[in-house]
Amino acid sequence: MAIKADYLGMPLSLDDLDVENVAYFRHCAAHEFHLQQCSACSLLRYPPTTACPWCMSPDARWVPVEGRGTVHSYSEVHHAIQPAFKAHTPYLILLVDLDTQKGTPSEHEALRVVGNLAAPDGKLAPPEAVLAVGIGTRVRMVFTDVAPGLALPQWTLDERAAQPEKPWRYPQE
Amino acid sequence: MPLPAETDASTPKYLRDKYAIIGVGETTYTRGSGKTTRALGTWAVRNAIEDAGLKVSDIDGVLSYQSGDSTFGPVIAGDLGIRLNFYMDVFGGGSSTEALIGIAIGVIEAGMCRTVVIFRAMNGFSQVRIGGTGARSAAPVTGDMLHNRAYGWQSAGQQFSLTFMRHMYDYGTTPEQVAAVRVAHSAHASNNPKAYYRNRVTVEDVLASRIICKPLHLLDCCVETDNATAIVITRADRARDGRHPRTLIRAVAGRVCKPRADMHYQHGPIARVAGYHARDILWPNAGVGPEDIDVTGSYDAFTFTTMLQLEDYGFCKKGEGGQYVSDGTIRLGGRRPNNTSGGHLCEGYTHGMNMVIENVRQLRHTVDDTCPIGPDGKRRHTYDYREGGCRQVKTCELTANLGWANPGTGSAMVMRRD
Repeated sequence: MAIKADYLGMPLSLDDLDVENVAYFRHCAAHEFHLQQCSACSLLRYPPTTACPWCMSPDARWVPVEGRGTVHSYSEVHHAIQPAFKAHTPYLILLVDLDTQKGTPSEHEALRVVGNLAAPDGKLAPPEAVLAVGIGTRVRMVFTDVAPGLALPQWTLDERAAQPEKPWRYPQE
Repeated sequence: MPLPAETDASTPKYLRDKYAIIGVGETTYTRGSGKTTRALGTWAVRNAIEDAGLKVSDIDGVLSYQSGDSTFGPVIAGDLGIRLNFYMDVFGGGSSTEALIGIAIGVIEAGMCRTVVIFRAMNGFSQVRIGGTGARSAAPVTGDMLHNRAYGWQSAGQQFSLTFMRHMYDYGTTPEQVAAVRVAHSAHASNNPKAYYRNRVTVEDVLASRIICKPLHLLDCCVETDNATAIVITRADRARDGRHPRTLIRAVAGRVCKPRADMHYQHGPIARVAGYHARDILWPNAGVGPEDIDVTGSYDAFTFTTMLQLEDYGFCKKGEGGQYVSDGTIRLGGRRPNNTSGGHLCEGYTHGMNMVIENVRQLRHTVDDTCPIGPDGKRRHTYDYREGGCRQVKTCELTANLGWANPGTGSAMVMRRD
């Protein structure tokens, strides 16, 4: 049965035919991060795809992947265009290099997973938390529950990790 | 029977200078056109055909690009009485113009038709807003969009900012340097009576404008306008008797992509853009290099996009784009002006085609500024680039257009004066 849900007032939906995304978000709903691993070449990939971007194999299995990494780049949105986000500015869009498979299969590749900066409970982070995060910040994955079978992976500060003294932030605050 | 050697079309160089842009046309650039995209498209296409000095029966092909925000080619053709031997409506925005010019060359070369008009018609302010606000921003989020729009990562600015920000981190590029793109293009627009924004701005103006999404200020972003643009392409040997000197096409590339076009951020360096790959097609096919180019048309959906492409196409070293765009090079009177019309930042937004039109006029030496027109009907360009003055580049033999869809996809074209 197709998933239809509401997140921050924004309608979300996922069709049954979209089996790759259904599987991805079902794992997220269980607060587990899983990615497809190619059955032929063993590389992990993100976001879900219908074949392996490295060897073209159609065969993959879902495997658990540790949700930890480093902020590779970000944007800080002050003028939200989507109605759902207008009450939550400024918010961060984070592009996070997972530790897993970083620099593989070539130097500049990584599993770069998008998410917002969130509180540990998965709610969008308040403005003061936004100021503490930049390129180099260590983050861990948390989940925002949306509906049965659908949660969004998000990022929060990794309290246990060694953080850079000062993460790189856009010079004009 | 083997082909004679001179008909070997297996090398792209075979078509160098064999096709020409012979007509260009546009509507006004406004907010609130009060017209359908059908009426806008008809207006621009008619202007381009008249500019070429052709009869409507000379046109037998139509190409267009859009994102569900325009009118299909056959409708425009029907309105104008064009009987089609070929048409195609392609999905897409930026990077389409140069790529469709390549398609037009291909279909004419294949003998499918003789002369193609390419148009882009849009109400980018009064209907489908290019900035992504309005109805677009409230659309349901389905399937693959759950990986982006569900995070408030939707508009072009939001999507590209990760590339822009990383460039600043990797190379120390400053907001002041990037703002110089807006400063240059606004100076150009002040000499363009068609431009939507004709006021000159300073670096301080850009940095004092409100933040949209870091690192983009309001003035780092292009204008949303309602307009249509059109160009006419045919084989150069059929175009000797046109109203204007022919503008010869030396090479096209597009839509060239970085790896993982489904989600290009998977493959870095993320501060690298598609021009890094496109340049290996563009320059060898054109038989010239960046140092030979007199005027560039580097797509300015944002100030950063101009800079990133100039870098990756080799106009300066990677990482030195901030210096290149802020040292006077790209301004009228500088070594290699960029977007002399004011571009998308100031003239109007047409997904790249107005930048091709501007370079055609530069190569013809017929830029439509306010310089006086002589008794022969030709403009007497003064090359005085002060506000309200000339915007014709004195020596313009070769131009490069660098089209942008997103950091991972781009197109390009080199044209020369006949």
